[in-house]
Amino acid sequence: MAVTTSKPLDARLLRADFPVFEHEIHGKPLAYLDSASSTQKPRQVLDELRTFYETSYANVHRGVYDLAERATAAFEGAREKARAYVNAPSAREMIFTRSTTEALNLVAYAWGLDNLGPGDVVVITELEHHANFVPWQFVAQRTGASFRHIPIDDLGELQLDALDELAASGRVKVVANNLVSNTLGTINPVEKLAAWAHEQGAIMVVDAAQAAPHRAVDVQALGCDFLAFSSHKLCGPTGVGALWGKAELLEAMSPFNLGGEMIRSVSLEKTTWNELPYKFEAGTPAIAEAVGFGAAIDYVSAIGPDAIAAHEHELVTYAMERLAEIPGLRVFGPPADRRTGIVSFDLEGIHPHDVAQVLDFEGIAVRAGHHCTQPLMTRLGVVATTRASFYLYSLPEEIDRLIDGLHKVRKVLG
Amino acid sequence: MSGEFDQMYREVILDHYKNPRGHGTLEEPGAHAEGQNPLCGDEVSIYVAFGEDGETIEEVKFSGRGCAISQAATSMLTEMVKGRKASEVAVLPKEELLEEIGIPLSPVRLKCAILGLGTLKVALHKAKGTPLPEEWAGFANELELR
Repeated sequence: MAVTTSKPLDARLLRADFPVFEHEIHGKPLAYLDSASSTQKPRQVLDELRTFYETSYANVHRGVYDLAERATAAFEGAREKARAYVNAPSAREMIFTRSTTEALNLVAYAWGLDNLGPGDVVVITELEHHANFVPWQFVAQRTGASFRHIPIDDLGELQLDALDELAASGRVKVVANNLVSNTLGTINPVEKLAAWAHEQGAIMVVDAAQAAPHRAVDVQALGCDFLAFSSHKLCGPTGVGALWGKAELLEAMSPFNLGGEMIRSVSLEKTTWNELPYKFEAGTPAIAEAVGFGAAIDYVSAIGPDAIAAHEHELVTYAMERLAEIPGLRVFGPPADRRTGIVSFDLEGIHPHDVAQVLDFEGIAVRAGHHCTQPLMTRLGVVATTRASFYLYSLPEEIDRLIDGLHKVRKVLG
Repeated sequence: MSGEFDQMYREVILDHYKNPRGHGTLEEPGAHAEGQNPLCGDEVSIYVAFGEDGETIEEVKFSGRGCAISQAATSMLTEMVKGRKASEVAVLPKEELLEEIGIPLSPVRLKCAILGLGTLKVALHKAKGTPLPEEWAGFANELELR
């Protein structure tokens, strides 16, 4: 298991690490309730980026000089941190990508195009983010495989009794699911799905973008085959993500991007591929960003994913209690004990854009829209929702300000 | 509340939002299109009826859901284009509508404000073959998997 601490976190203390909170928005302190979209960055990560660029920067892997060796050591050190963070068996199974989206595209293309065909079934869920939905829809169509989904119930939880019917519909070859829903915060039963997928002879692909920053994630305990997560949702820089995949699957796959770095040898007649993980890392990677990602993993690990999960649980419980006070407000998704620090809601008759705009004038940042989950919006019967999401630096009084702001929204637009 | 706030949700915007003009559909429209704002998933349908000359916009209706800015802007648009010729509306600069709306808009909210206008231009293009410059062509993209 990943090493975690159960010591509760002190959000007020941690907040001092984040320079963004020193600035006001519309003359008010920033209440940043959009961490599910992207998190703010602590000084520890910003300092690491600067120090790395100032002291250890060069291109990685091929340089023979001291600076290149230091850059490579820092880059590979970050890979090891990413490995340890999700308890992956080996660092050669950790591939740096641009993002979770690119990681999932990598699997859909590099595994899907060669392993799917007519009669095969790709299974996704009704609450999938487009990043783990559209690539599979596209590849299924390209290969002639059928594309099916696991429906959700009215609480936004997967209806696993639909699995038998899916199994009867053809050869299930892929099951793709997010560990935590980015719109509802639902914690999905990935262990169960992985076991079912393997019974069908399928691979289990996990989008952990909303899970890895917020709770302990262990690829071995989940029993999945691929798992993707992003740096920027975990206090790290944008432009870098990680894909973990089982070595035997990665070995058997064709490359995704082709070019420099990913080759063993190139001739006019034939090219052979580099070993893992470099086979999947064509071109100069986001070097400093990966190093910053490593610093972010250190930062979050020191606080402890369990402590973060407990803090968010307290916040989301409080938020759901207080949101119930607002007339005409409907919260989507499961009860607080089965979700992370994400709460999506609809304020009757008022468009989420207007909710978010009025809240912005109060210094409160929330997200309004379909959250890249349009099939889920259709299921919920809305075009968009307003979403508040919390992280290790979020405070209960920010929820109080959200509630006051929502009363104001109703006054102006209701 | 701040001045910026009062400006954005000024009385005329709230009035058009709460009592939209031209809200509804037309049974046999002379021109029709559906537009979508990919940023928020908002959808708007525009219906146009032409006068006897087949060119003058006699009636415009819109349906769909959207934020205050998109609803108010589309409502204002219906008042603005009634009695004008299709060829004239096809080249109507967005600035004319934005001036009518009269509030500062961020790039994201600008998309909300011009959703109705873009969709109307697509409807006219489809029905009358009026030009559809690249700036507006995105409103016509029906994204389908190939």
